[in-house]
Amino acid sequence: MIERIIYFFSDPIAQKVILGVAIIGAISGVVGTFSFLRKKTLIADAISHSVLPGVCIGFIFAGTKDPILLMIGSLVIGWFSVWIIDYISSTTKLSEDTSIALVSTLFFAIGSVLLSFISKSGNAEQSGLKNFLFGKAATMTAFDIQVFAIVSIGILLIVIVFFKPFQIVCFNLEFARSIGVKVRRIEFLLSTLTVLTVAIGIQAVGVVLMSALLIAPAASARYWTNKLPIMVFIAAIFGMLSGVMGVMFSTIKDNMPTGPWIVFALFLFTLLTLLFAPKKGWFSIRKRNKLNSRKIAEENILKIIYHLKEEGNSTISFGNFLEKRTMDTILLEKTLNYLVDIGFLKDSKKLFTLTENGELEAARIVRSHRLWELYLTKRMNFKDDHIHGTAETIEHLITPEIEKELLKELDFPTSDPHNKEIPYA
Amino acid sequence: MGINDLLTLITALLIAWSCSLLGCFLVLRKAVMVGDAISHSVLPGIVIAYLVSSNFNSVFMLIGAAFFGVFTTVIIDFFHKKLKLQEDASIGITFTWLFALGVILIALFTDGNADLDQDCVLFGELGTTFLDKVIYNGRLFGTRSMLMILPVFILVVLFVVVGFKGLQILSFHEEFAKSKGINVNFWHYSFMALVSITTVMSFESVGAVLVVGLLVIPPATSYLLVERLIPMLWLSCLVSTISSLLGYFASIYFDVSISSMIVVTSGAIFILVIIYTKLKIAFRKKIVNL
Repeated sequence: MIERIIYFFSDPIAQKVILGVAIIGAISGVVGTFSFLRKKTLIADAISHSVLPGVCIGFIFAGTKDPILLMIGSLVIGWFSVWIIDYISSTTKLSEDTSIALVSTLFFAIGSVLLSFISKSGNAEQSGLKNFLFGKAATMTAFDIQVFAIVSIGILLIVIVFFKPFQIVCFNLEFARSIGVKVRRIEFLLSTLTVLTVAIGIQAVGVVLMSALLIAPAASARYWTNKLPIMVFIAAIFGMLSGVMGVMFSTIKDNMPTGPWIVFALFLFTLLTLLFAPKKGWFSIRKRNKLNSRKIAEENILKIIYHLKEEGNSTISFGNFLEKRTMDTILLEKTLNYLVDIGFLKDSKKLFTLTENGELEAARIVRSHRLWELYLTKRMNFKDDHIHGTAETIEHLITPEIEKELLKELDFPTSDPHNKEIPYA
Repeated sequence: MGINDLLTLITALLIAWSCSLLGCFLVLRKAVMVGDAISHSVLPGIVIAYLVSSNFNSVFMLIGAAFFGVFTTVIIDFFHKKLKLQEDASIGITFTWLFALGVILIALFTDGNADLDQDCVLFGELGTTFLDKVIYNGRLFGTRSMLMILPVFILVVLFVVVGFKGLQILSFHEEFAKSKGINVNFWHYSFMALVSITTVMSFESVGAVLVVGLLVIPPATSYLLVERLIPMLWLSCLVSTISSLLGYFASIYFDVSISSMIVVTSGAIFILVIIYTKLKIAFRKKIVNL
């Protein structure tokens, strides 16, 4: 395996392939970011299916796999498919997803009719045309790669020049219109870039799976950053890495299509991102939820002890808690132990008392709760029997700043709507 | 027209009818892309079933298809709802990945096998289904593909007839269906299961990509022409019948793939219908202006 990888990177033909795939992956990441943000990724799928007849027509005209003619063929058909999807979904009662699926399968069917027509024509070069279905990076020639590089540089320049309008169109279409951005033109430019990217990408990935290379890097990049320039950069890196990894995977057996392996690598990246990304990933969301629910449990327990203390019990047993509030006993025990550890509670033979610090913290929570109740009755005209529920939730969210505001607003009150004392530190 | 033509045509028609009935509800519910995704992602199920049983054994295929069909919807929902990935991207990533997995499995494990190669995954091979005849006691019962799709067709018809009320309310007004106490999830999942069974059973003949054409194009065509659900279902079957017949003979005439030609023909009918509706509107405007 390792020998194969070393061999793979030292082989000049393989180096050429890696270069080509890296260019394709990077540019797909860049262009895909904009499709992703405009929520138009399924149109990218339609475009990539639709370019099949374009490739075939280009081949019929050229009689050989000339990259420039194939690209012109795909460009024309790709544009046409975008236009026709837009036409069907905006002028008939068919929805956008119906017209996308309709156009993409219809064009694909036309392409496959042309393919079987070409394969019967007996042209010696036609066998290579099938490589456009699932992609075969190894068939890229040096000339192909030069063409890809020039087209990619062109796309990059357009992205840099039109970055601002692209950004506005992606994030706020209405705003873009209101400040006089020519939205139709920008959208046309963006679909042109998508079509061009598909046209160079299908050589490595194939028409069937090309949409994945546009969608997945952008989708992953979205989980790592909120800033568009950084997102474009990360998507380009993801696309590049997946392309190279996919080509590497595909060498485990001769004559493998590269497209499915690239998609496989893309999916690995996306899955890892979705699970482990900081802040937005699955594990960080779960961790944050867990921390939150622990904090809420702690605060609820301190509050109950405070209430019991107000009623005259200063030491509290397990049973006292469960009378006051239904709570999962395992969670209760765990949280109590934790509170003892951080010095809010004293534990003497399963009888708990508040320490000085604990008392302060408990008073803070009760204060927040009662201030909020008072605020709701005084400023929002709530009835006193409707306020407890909301205060139960909001007490965990009130920051010291909000507390200060509330105190000022209510002029440092002494008792809440239920005539209970508001404790001050 | 010989017996082989007849058998192929019957297979094509059964597939086209099943797809156009189900497709009507997909189009109305705006769930076409989910149908598209399912038809792609059952591929690994088909390949695994094929590797286990070393032929297109329907029982294994059904299990594989049902599993991956449900798996697809579950993953899409997980990405979309739990991981907060936008819906179009969740669909796009899920089905391309599963489809890629299927193609990889084919490339790795079915060396030089004529029954299951990468092309047939895409286009199917309707033209050779007549080779596999089922003959019992010296009498011809049909082809294997035909006998595989026949029960699916009967099931689809039964489902549409029995569940008509539920499907109708669900297609036009999901919230209303919920408020009526209709088990929306039950209908949704059994419908999607039926879509995946249909795509799997017609996989061998029309492939995973072109089956979407049969699911979408005839219903979309008939939706442009009629307003009510029952006429829409009938008209959609009529469109698919015409396109299967014309497509079949055109494919023989031009000597190209049958299933692709059927989809192309139905696309041609769709375009004619679009032109017709546009002309009608233009004509009406003209009368108003006079």
